[in-house]
Amino acid sequence: MRTLEQTTQEIIELATEHFRVPRGTLAPGDDFFKKLGIDSLQTLEMLSRLENHFGIELPDYEVQGVSDFKTLAERIQSRL
Amino acid sequence: MLDLSKYQSVGEALKDALDQFADEVCLIEADREREKERLTYRDFKERAHPLAKALQAAGFSSGDRAAIIMTNQSKWLISAYAIFFTGGVLVPLDYKLSPDEQWQLLKHSSATFLITEYPIWRQLSVSAGRAPATNVRTVLVTEAPSNAELAGAQRWEEVRGAEEPAFVPRKRNDTASIVYSSGTGGRPKGCMITHENYLEQCVALTSIYPFWPGVRYLSILPTNHAIDFMVGFFGPFTCGAAVVHLRTLRPEYVREAFSKYKITYVSLVPLVLKNLQKGLQARFDALPPGKRKLFNALVAVNKALTKSQPRLGISRRLLKQVHEAFGAELRAIIVGGAFTEPQTLQFFYDLGLPVANGYGLTEAGTAITVNDLKPFRADTVGKPLPGMEVRIVNPASDGVGEVIVRSKTIMSGYLNDPELTAETVVDGWLQTGDLGRLDGTGHLQLSGRKKNMIVTEEGKNIYPEDIEKVFESLPVKELCVFAANYIWPKRSMVGEQLVLVVHLESGQQYNEELKREINARNNRLLNYKRIHGVVLLDEDFPRTASLKIKRNVLAERLARFDSATAILPL
Repeated sequence: MRTLEQTTQEIIELATEHFRVPRGTLAPGDDFFKKLGIDSLQTLEMLSRLENHFGIELPDYEVQGVSDFKTLAERIQSRL
Repeated sequence: MLDLSKYQSVGEALKDALDQFADEVCLIEADREREKERLTYRDFKERAHPLAKALQAAGFSSGDRAAIIMTNQSKWLISAYAIFFTGGVLVPLDYKLSPDEQWQLLKHSSATFLITEYPIWRQLSVSAGRAPATNVRTVLVTEAPSNAELAGAQRWEEVRGAEEPAFVPRKRNDTASIVYSSGTGGRPKGCMITHENYLEQCVALTSIYPFWPGVRYLSILPTNHAIDFMVGFFGPFTCGAAVVHLRTLRPEYVREAFSKYKITYVSLVPLVLKNLQKGLQARFDALPPGKRKLFNALVAVNKALTKSQPRLGISRRLLKQVHEAFGAELRAIIVGGAFTEPQTLQFFYDLGLPVANGYGLTEAGTAITVNDLKPFRADTVGKPLPGMEVRIVNPASDGVGEVIVRSKTIMSGYLNDPELTAETVVDGWLQTGDLGRLDGTGHLQLSGRKKNMIVTEEGKNIYPEDIEKVFESLPVKELCVFAANYIWPKRSMVGEQLVLVVHLESGQQYNEELKREINARNNRLLNYKRIHGVVLLDEDFPRTASLKIKRNVLAERLARFDSATAILPL
């Protein structure tokens, strides 16, 4: 079983790769809309990658209002 | 299609539609690649009538208000039907609002019943906003897990009456719905939409974009939004068409739905349309040079052949692969909720995919103008719909002035706010607050706003007063949020931004600490509600005798600054 820290780190790594930003740019508390300059649709695209990676289904409502990696990790962690 | 002139209410028309189109498919619901449900109009009736009976048994009666907070799905429409059937007033609320905002609107609307889905209820039931909203006495929750703590709610699936419910008639001028156009943080704007408003709007819209049995509408915009309520529920149902719901709106599943369900119409906000454009453009750019050349030539031929009107048969043959990706049955993409850039509209039209660009306001009962594609015009929002009178007030030398509208679709007023109603609807004319001109062919061209608000590409109306609360206790002398466009008008309706105007205490500096505090508060807002910069003003804000900020006077004072240097980025 992953720890919350591990889950957060894996999300950051996937986002780094998905949005092609330099490694080490993103931190757990970052607001990903602001830091990555993405919109709500691009966030939804990333969710599908996260679902495949973690082997879970994450309903859209679970990420409603979530804008930082740590909270996103908590939502994913509760479904692992 | 039903002859809607014969009907008094939304409920009466829907009731007849269920019988007239009993064997037609009315709803398809999919979750990712799985189809969850497919209902005929007969099936729909079998689900909705027991719910209507149960509502009546629980004391719900004529004129009572019931709110729905749900993502797009069959149960939304079944619940709305049951509310109308029993003579109730529907209060469709945005599921994307925060729980406290939802309770605030529930309280304002005086809704006594609430129908929602379990994940939303889980958050609503523990929200601090619940206690003051005492008017809600019955809560029905869908899809709750078997061991779920329901916090006083009942399971939607188990609320069923055994006998036939009694239909409750309503009059044309009775309120059918209370639709909130804004006001979650400040002054709630609950538009009271009458049965006549809906019946007339439906007749006008379907005269240009008709539905019939076999048509499939893909419902993506939230159903609480006036557009989806009309073209994703009332319109198709009164014509025997089908509505397709997706439980997840990830772009890959939306793309798949077009071809899987052979979609005829879809409504999108500009953000989604632009995303589709980006995806298609990337695919075209990746074509090998030879194929790209051939493709460009086919697009040019299509453009020439569809100059005066769409010719779907020809476009589908010429640009087969593009059309197959959209299911090859798509007749029009309806775009609304916010202004769409002409180049995006033109991009799709050149591919033979007509975009029904329009303009509307919740207060106007949805659409005011729509592009009738005769011919397609990317530079306008179309002509007024049948029954709509559109005028331009005090036009400048270029013909631009405030757009005002009169029709049978204009709301009866704002709930509990006669003062605001009187300012907004003057002698039957809706003052839209938008600026535009009518060209020689009767097309409306929008060019800016007179009102202090912004509309995002996602179709969200943001009023500065609604977000000011977050900044209220900042350690400064006084502050105010504005739409930058309101202070420095520009002839554009895209890229609109909010700014925070700050008057510092005497001797106070705009330092890093204050900037951090502003940023922290800004981040508490949903991403599309955030301010983009700060404007410093070293003078007292003009105020009324009751100490309210005179926003228009303050805006005039700020206008003397150059926006390029006055707005300090965060």
